Amino acid sequence: MAYLRTHTLPRHLLLAVLAALLLLLLTYLLPPYRNYQLATAGAYVCATAGLTVLVGLTGQLSLGHGALMATGAYAYALVSDKLVDGGTTGIPLLVVSLVAAILATMVVGFVLGLAGARLHGPYLAGLTLTLVIVVPAITTTFAGTLGGDQGLSVTVDPPPVGLGAAFPFERWQAWITLTAAILTVFVLANVVHGRPGRQMRAIRDDEVAARLSGIDVARTKVGAFVLSAATAGLGGGLLAVLTQSVAPGAFSLTFSLFLLMAVVIGGLGSLAGAVWGAILIVVLPDLADSLAEAMPVSSNLAERLDGNLAIGVFGLIVIGVMLAVPGGIQGLLVALVRRLRGRRPAASGPADVGPAGPAAPGPGVDADRPDASGPSGPEPAADPARPRTPSSGSPSTTTE
Amino acid sequence: MPDALLSVRGLTAGYGAAPVLQEVDLEVAPGSIAAVVGANGAGKTTLLRALCGVVGATAGEVRMDGTDLRGVRTQDMVRHGIAHVPEGRGVITELTVEENLRLGHSWRRDKADGRKATAEVFELFEPLARRRKSAGHQLSGGERQMLAVGRALVARPRLLLLDEPSLGLAPKVTAQIMALLRRLRDDTGLTVLLVEQNVRSALSIADTGVVLSLGRVVAATDAATLAADEDLRHTYLGF
Amino acid sequence: MDRFLFLTVDGLARGAVFAAFALALVLIWRGTRIVNFAQGAMAAATTYLGYSVTAASDSYWLGLVAAVFGGLVLGAIVERGLMRFVDVRSPLNAVIVALGLVLVIHSILGIVYGSRYRAMQVPFSRESIEIGGTALLSPYDLFVFGTVLLVMVGLALVFTRTDIGLRMRAAAFAPDMSRLLGVNVGRMLTLSWALAAAVGALAAMLVVPTEFGAHPHSTDLVFVYAFTAAVVGGLDSPAGAVVGGLVVGLVLSYVSGYADGDLSAVAILVLLIGVLLLRPNGLFASTTARQV
Repeated sequence: MAYLRTHTLPRHLLLAVLAALLLLLLTYLLPPYRNYQLATAGAYVCATAGLTVLVGLTGQLSLGHGALMATGAYAYALVSDKLVDGGTTGIPLLVVSLVAAILATMVVGFVLGLAGARLHGPYLAGLTLTLVIVVPAITTTFAGTLGGDQGLSVTVDPPPVGLGAAFPFERWQAWITLTAAILTVFVLANVVHGRPGRQMRAIRDDEVAARLSGIDVARTKVGAFVLSAATAGLGGGLLAVLTQSVAPGAFSLTFSLFLLMAVVIGGLGSLAGAVWGAILIVVLPDLADSLAEAMPVSSNLAERLDGNLAIGVFGLIVIGVMLAVPGGIQGLLVALVRRLRGRRPAASGPADVGPAGPAAPGPGVDADRPDASGPSGPEPAADPARPRTPSSGSPSTTTE
Repeated sequence: MPDALLSVRGLTAGYGAAPVLQEVDLEVAPGSIAAVVGANGAGKTTLLRALCGVVGATAGEVRMDGTDLRGVRTQDMVRHGIAHVPEGRGVITELTVEENLRLGHSWRRDKADGRKATAEVFELFEPLARRRKSAGHQLSGGERQMLAVGRALVARPRLLLLDEPSLGLAPKVTAQIMALLRRLRDDTGLTVLLVEQNVRSALSIADTGVVLSLGRVVAATDAATLAADEDLRHTYLGF
Repeated sequence: MDRFLFLTVDGLARGAVFAAFALALVLIWRGTRIVNFAQGAMAAATTYLGYSVTAASDSYWLGLVAAVFGGLVLGAIVERGLMRFVDVRSPLNAVIVALGLVLVIHSILGIVYGSRYRAMQVPFSRESIEIGGTALLSPYDLFVFGTVLLVMVGLALVFTRTDIGLRMRAAAFAPDMSRLLGVNVGRMLTLSWALAAAVGALAAMLVVPTEFGAHPHSTDLVFVYAFTAAVVGGLDSPAGAVVGGLVVGLVLSYVSGYADGDLSAVAILVLLIGVLLLRPNGLFASTTARQV
């Protein structure tokens, strides 16, 4: 246990394996529709995990992650189409197309990152918002390639024959996206806990101090954006696999806002929070729609409540979180675990976020603080909540 | 002083947990100039801010002409006759000279008197009259000080709180400002509470003096006595 | 040449609306260092209000007045009830809360009105009048120009000539000093939000009926165009916002006139990226660095 406390990589590996086993079991317990939802959440996790690192750790606000996911999805569709024509099938088709989705999105992320490195909060937010809004216009402009409003269809091969003829397609989809999600969170957890993560936090807390301590601020910011774009592209590619189609309507402004709201509600900067957020994006509309159906209202109104109710609830929750619980779900859980253990927050030593930390709306923002090492939910793979070495608590001293 | 215009009793105030001011007692008679002197960090500026409610007081009371000022918001202090010229003067640099002055009396109902007071300020400070349309950031340090004092005067205050008026000014300009304060006291009966690093010139025009050290009042008597007290000067004022 | 002239005039007419909307963004930015990302959604809400009042009363003008008045009230409510409580130590917080508000407004509008586009009336003909053989402006364009001009002049007068305008500017520039001078800074902020939302509501009422029709998302593009306009002009400058609005209008008009209507939104994205990368303080900014 002591070994795992001090060695991040083996600890993350162990957690990833545990999560994989747990989720594997889950895919056999759930009915197909729930497996499909689980698969969707897996795709979202890729995007929200990257987004929470970007926003929570570097303080760069992107409203454009929907557009980045769209980039990944379209890249997947175009590349897989070419591969299918060339006779590629099965797992190679899947992996090569996903890699293409990641690479294409990284290019877009690099351009945005260049802008983001020079711009502050509202400017970057406005730029990325514009990107989201023009996605439909771009798909119409290049309708010949991107298929306009109709979009493109995506060929997804059935599960490998080795799994048996009766293997449910939804379970196969869940396996694909959950594998990607676990890999994504595993990689991000190591980044967050390593030197890049410390540098990102240092920049967020005080850009000038970070620069003075030898951090290449521009490179770190662009790097964070590219990394975040890569995971969004992966998420987008996975969505293409799930829906077997790509269309601009799936990447609306509302969807982009959902992604951002999800990581805020989950707890900005926390990978575990990103998982909570992704689950919320899948579950909340479902719950809201059930609620709307249960309400004794006219069919006309019920139709309008469908979808819209979830949007409103999301908005209300995020406003409530911002005003009352800046740590989000993960912050609440960490506080709860502490209370159950009878420890006061003060016992965890100085918080690594100053009172005026630019991107940190409040305490409990980073899940990765001491005392948070307990079981914090059913998603251990995504739980980076492990004590850090003391030296990492002081970002501005990161000079190596 | 039975009929003090400003009377402060046991004022404790500061930022956060540690109070900067501790149980400060202070009285300023109407029509007098009181100088608050002390070393850097003695709490002089905090005292003025606490009087205006910019810094919250945790204990004690402040009375202006008998009226309890506890609970009065900063923005209403001027309606109780208190004008504050803060450290660094607080000229709003984006606004013109005229606009700064207009802002000084825009809260008043009596618009005609506001204009009259503005005209008086332009008479008092001729350089300002020549630069009415200039933006605050185009003014020299001395002009900014004139504007800041003038903007306080158009509110027709009974009590003028002045924080470090000599800061960054040439000695000649400082002398002009000090002379002006004395003239305002003599001609209009204005009461002034003056915070100064420049102890000599402050005590030279003041009627009474208060020495602050580490947030406490260590001496309060008439200005001439203070200026003559060598021990006090050595211990607290460093000259 | 005729076509160029037509597109120029058309672009200026469209740009005038974006200029007004950008001006509303600048009003709030100057006072609070907040870009009100909810302004588009708020304007969508007031547009529906105008639509409903017009539908009920059969009077365009009542609807217009209701929308503008609704903007005043909505702006005040949003500031008093929401933005005032946002922890502004991080600039991201206000943006996130505003986006949460966007979702809430979109949701309410979607529930009340559904997602069907609703045609709205305009008070004047949109047929262009021919001047010297060239079709130039329609009476409605003239109405838009006149209204926007009136708003601009009105705002300029309020801010420079009246005490309340002076206090609003002072509260924006130097809140602490303003308080010492007897300014109720909180009230001025509320007033700024109310005024900005009213201007945004008016701008939306001018552009939504002709370009989109009432819809929860009808103002999304308006916001993006206005944001671009404000950035082009430098977020701090009201005059810059007006020029920026006209630039955006011209770009939209030329691109859709000479190339393809679908390209116009992409052109705005290119314009925004270009300005942000090359002149982040706006095309007309002086040399002072931006403090964000």
